[in-house]
Amino acid sequence: MTVLASPRPPSPRPGRRRGPTGMDRARRREAAALVMPSLLPILVLSVAPLLMGVLLAFTDAELVRRPDYQFVGVDNFVRLAGNSFFWESFRIGMVWAVSVTLLQLVAALGLALLLNSGLRFQGLTRVLALIPWAMPPVVVAIMWKMIYSPNAGPLNAFLGSVGLPDDINWLADFSTALPAVIVVGVWVGMPQTTVTLLAGLQQIPAELHEAAAMDGAGAWRRFWAVTLPSLRPIVTSITSLNFIWNFNSFSLVYVLTEGGPGGRTMLPMLFTYLEAFKNRNIGYAAAMGVVLVVVVVLLLALYLRSQFREDRTEKKG
Amino acid sequence: MRTLVRPAQYVALACYILFLGFPLLWLLSASVKSSGELNSLVVNLLPQEWHWENYAEALARQGLVHSAANSAIVALASTALVILIALPASYVLARLKGAIRTAGVGWILVSQVFPVILVILPLFLILRTIGLTDSLVGLTLVHTTYTLPFALWMLQGYVAAIPVELEEAGAMDGGSRLTVLRRIVVPLLAPGVVATAMFSFVSSWNEFFFALVLLQSPENYTLPITLSTFIGGEGKVALGPLAAGSVLAAIPSIVFFSIMQKKLTGGLMAGAVKG
Repeated sequence: MTVLASPRPPSPRPGRRRGPTGMDRARRREAAALVMPSLLPILVLSVAPLLMGVLLAFTDAELVRRPDYQFVGVDNFVRLAGNSFFWESFRIGMVWAVSVTLLQLVAALGLALLLNSGLRFQGLTRVLALIPWAMPPVVVAIMWKMIYSPNAGPLNAFLGSVGLPDDINWLADFSTALPAVIVVGVWVGMPQTTVTLLAGLQQIPAELHEAAAMDGAGAWRRFWAVTLPSLRPIVTSITSLNFIWNFNSFSLVYVLTEGGPGGRTMLPMLFTYLEAFKNRNIGYAAAMGVVLVVVVVLLLALYLRSQFREDRTEKKG
Repeated sequence: MRTLVRPAQYVALACYILFLGFPLLWLLSASVKSSGELNSLVVNLLPQEWHWENYAEALARQGLVHSAANSAIVALASTALVILIALPASYVLARLKGAIRTAGVGWILVSQVFPVILVILPLFLILRTIGLTDSLVGLTLVHTTYTLPFALWMLQGYVAAIPVELEEAGAMDGGSRLTVLRRIVVPLLAPGVVATAMFSFVSSWNEFFFALVLLQSPENYTLPITLSTFIGGEGKVALGPLAAGSVLAAIPSIVFFSIMQKKLTGGLMAGAVKG
């Protein structure tokens, strides 16, 4: 489909240009007029809800038909601090997000390196790698539910045929439920990471590898000394994004387990959803949402800072 | 040693293909198996005989076609809204520098980081006030909210790829602002608009969470919600039609991604063009 290929003439990046970008003051005003009709819907539909969501955390809003709610200061947050169920679900969310993000990264890096080394079956692999990303989460969950099915599922059938225990109910067993959904999380998220890393690999100048080879570095050494350092910025950004997406994920696990068995897969978003729409405490649920956002942003800031530090020390050394 | 590298690589690639492809193969296979074979304890990868009636049964099922129509309506309407809002905004976002652009990009980033639950709580209260919680109109508005930031980001990438010089040349030839936009920018932007529209459609078609929160009456259910109600009863569920319905539900997104495949392999969707 060449129709979709956008024209990309070799012009300098607009951001790098000095001075105005071919737009004088009058044109700027025109531009502002152009954006007005779309600014209002953006503000109403997107910016306002974000802010209101934060405000709700300081109220006692409920789902019952009671239109009035009052500001209660930080009451919700005080209650939340002592809510051990919430913190347990927070812990599960961290285990889930860290495991899925790291496994996605390692698996995707492996596949990207394979695809970059000129093997055959590239097309097949690429299509296979993109499909999980494209599928509705509900369909993915239904598919994996069939695979994990205890009696008619292919996984147990395979395990039985090689003489391993074949009677595990993967999604209902306390010890296997979380690992089982983590595998599904990796399956869904790996493709996008692979595509991104592959693009990064293809941007590494061949001269770097050639120079390292001239210096007598083997393939292994070149991977550690050339490939990984060149990929660092991409790995940092894709890991940050993946971590956020995974920590905030809902649909996949909701359809697979609804947070069960016994809360073993109760991701923070599932917990918050139940608080809002089953226990009907909107304000309290909003406070949970705010706490989750703040913690994720803090973690991310720490991670990005550590990456930035390493970059600086490398440049000095 | 060297001769072992290639075979080892192929073994690794085979493992990847198995991991990525097997679940899909299993779903397709289950969708054409007879109920007898699905419930038997003998598990075959390929069906012993092909039964297409699962598809007929899935389509005949109460509500599946109806909810697919609901999904299509919401996806088309929210896509139209997203494009209408994003088209002028993306142009400005790409062409302007300074505070407006920084604010725009900042908002796009923040909306990606924000958990959807925090967005839906106030929207839910607002929609309830105007009586749109259990309605396709309400869901359309929420889906517009949900896809707008990323669609805007995609589209402004396509605008940025159009050289300003072309517009300047058009202006030199005496074209007014609107003429230049209509004659030069919009035609060049068409492929980007198509891609962004397809992305919006698929996002809405696949979306589960907002539909789950908002829709209460079965006649308003979208396809993902209806499918998820089928698996509620463990053991009672007819696996064949469920698999068939799932395959049908996945078709639009798979078509979209096979078309976009070439672009996607060039990097992230937004990175496929100058971001």
